[in-house]
Amino acid sequence: MSAYTYLDHAATTPMRAEAVAAMLPYLSERFANPSGSHRFAREARTAIDDAREVVAAVVGCKPGEVIFTGGGTEADNTSVRGVLARRGGTAVCPAAEHHAVLECVHVTHGVVVATTTTGAVDFDALAAVLAGTPDVSVVSVMAVNNEVGTINDMAAVAKVVRCHAPTAVLHTDAVQAACWLDLRTIWLHVDLLALSAHKFGGPKGVGALVAREGVTFQPALIGGGQERERRSGTHNVGGIVAMAEALRLTDAQRSTELPRIAALRDRLVDRLVAELSGVHETVPRNAKVAGSAHLCIEGIENEALLFLLDEAGVCASAASACAAGAMEPSHVLHAMGVPRDLAQGALRLTLGTTSTAADVDHGVEVIVRAVHQLRRTAMAVS
Amino acid sequence: MKVLMALSGGVDSSVAAAELLRDGHEVVGITMRLWGGDSDTGCCSVADVDDARRVAQQLGIDHLVFNFTDDFNEHVVAPYVSAHQQGLTPNPCIECNRHLKFHRLSERADLLGFDAVATGHHARIIDRDDVRYVARGEDMAKDQSYVVHMLPQRELARTLFPIGDLTKAEVRVRATAMGLRTADKPDSQDVCFITHDGGRTAFLGSRIAFRPATVVDAVDGTTLGAVESVEMVTLGQRRSIGLPGGGPKRYVVDIDHATSTVKVGDESLLLCDSMVVHAMTWAHQPVDGDVLVQSSAHGETQPAVVTLDGQTALVSWAQPQRRVSPGQSVVLYDATDTYVLGGGIAG
Repeated sequence: MSAYTYLDHAATTPMRAEAVAAMLPYLSERFANPSGSHRFAREARTAIDDAREVVAAVVGCKPGEVIFTGGGTEADNTSVRGVLARRGGTAVCPAAEHHAVLECVHVTHGVVVATTTTGAVDFDALAAVLAGTPDVSVVSVMAVNNEVGTINDMAAVAKVVRCHAPTAVLHTDAVQAACWLDLRTIWLHVDLLALSAHKFGGPKGVGALVAREGVTFQPALIGGGQERERRSGTHNVGGIVAMAEALRLTDAQRSTELPRIAALRDRLVDRLVAELSGVHETVPRNAKVAGSAHLCIEGIENEALLFLLDEAGVCASAASACAAGAMEPSHVLHAMGVPRDLAQGALRLTLGTTSTAADVDHGVEVIVRAVHQLRRTAMAVS
Repeated sequence: MKVLMALSGGVDSSVAAAELLRDGHEVVGITMRLWGGDSDTGCCSVADVDDARRVAQQLGIDHLVFNFTDDFNEHVVAPYVSAHQQGLTPNPCIECNRHLKFHRLSERADLLGFDAVATGHHARIIDRDDVRYVARGEDMAKDQSYVVHMLPQRELARTLFPIGDLTKAEVRVRATAMGLRTADKPDSQDVCFITHDGGRTAFLGSRIAFRPATVVDAVDGTTLGAVESVEMVTLGQRRSIGLPGGGPKRYVVDIDHATSTVKVGDESLLLCDSMVVHAMTWAHQPVDGDVLVQSSAHGETQPAVVTLDGQTALVSWAQPQRRVSPGQSVVLYDATDTYVLGGGIAG
């Protein structure tokens, strides 16, 4: 694709140039295995230890609490299943969680808690489940929803969990939070926290599980025990170095990027609502992160809309896709009680550091034209 | 033209896409996700979608997946199950063509600004005095005009069957020459949502309550045995009807669902002079008189005379024929056995 407008930052972000530059030496001359015992190995080991300190500083944790993983899904799986495997009991999560958590809770016959109409965990429902389930060992609540952008107030979540299930471990999937929220304010309240590098300008296939000292879980991968026996496998040195650099920059630039991107998002949504009839903002802006614009557009099917957007060079998304590549009806919108026919017109537009006013204006122009085409043709057919 | 090519992941649609490109069309490949449950090629046929995507990549065309599982459940799977419950023998592939490929998909193609929808069926579309008809494919052994017989003029005008002029052997030769990964892929044989392991019994058994039936002699009414599920019995069946081996060959000649009775008897009892066909659809306009009739996917055609009564047709055979199971599709061809006049469902 030559000229395109990228409005799908929640799916993945373009890598930051600094992160690419940081990882390149480890893909060429600095190729050593950091677990080795020679000088090249020590050089790679230093890079990982440096990266660990950078991540720890951004999260506000101790370096020893950072465990590098193969991504967010591994960190989520390790948290939920690992705690259950070590301590037994029941896992609990809200219905709008990412599949990486939801599936872990499903397969272990855990309890799924209702969400509010904005997609946040319903505190009353959470309290009732925790009070009514005697052996809850792990509670997982995402910091930011990947589809609709809703923020869960983790301080309030922690209060409910500590009150009704004081021995339970609290995990948060913070994969979508890193760009938008100060991770230190989340880490204060939780025991386990999952990150994924490619959501904030790092590479795919690398992430981190931050695990509070003293919180035990069974590792998902056992073997060489490279990550202090909590995760095995040769370190992805280049990926880890790049993740740390991307996270450092994300954290440093957050306070200036937030208002800029929020203004772009507002312009995007305001224009679409003004120029098209039947456009519903799925979640109020004060309940979600700055980069997220989620709309439900009446009278269209998003599968058809995305085709026309793609044809016109606009990259957007709707819900998650199955293994065959087909779009699945959104479990998040279902949990929020969005009617199925309206959910069919769901469109997720997500902005990031590379987004510009030109992107927004081109996006609006293409979306308005495509929605008009779909509605006009549907009228003609019927 | 801008053509939406339905890629199933099989060799026929792969070569059909290549033919369209060779003819200078702008082609986008799509695979319909129809069934969300188990299939012989993995959950939601992921392996077939992989093949379709890889072929599209090899041909250099875009490939997308459309999720039509809700429509498939509503128009194909649910009617299939309830038809069995009523003692009918439905043909789900025909209903899939009717409701999904040549309705849902072509409607979507319209919305997206495509001029035509193409599939890899072995059939042709011909023009007779400005009227379009579905005609038999070049390869009579693989002809699929029967399963796409329901196309009305509106669909015929925007449908392409790019491999209708090729034999299956030629299709495979072309696929091999292009190095397509589907070149040697075996033809799909069965209903996509029925797995080889479980079969129809497992599929239907988990969805409806089977009713046991008594097996009786069709002539004198003597009880001969019993079967576990009247829903799984079809007309003309000889095996698995609870009768001891040896003795004269006995066929299922009638099934009374109301009383759960299966009548068996001599093959001659299966023969009939006529049948009623419901829910007729016509390529152009209703036709009566002399026709050729095909009543299974690869069955031979038989001469008959058709008389009409609204949407129902009475087919009077030239020679007595075996009864057609109620629920099966019956397709009428012109006297030269070349093209489809119309079709409906055996009553």
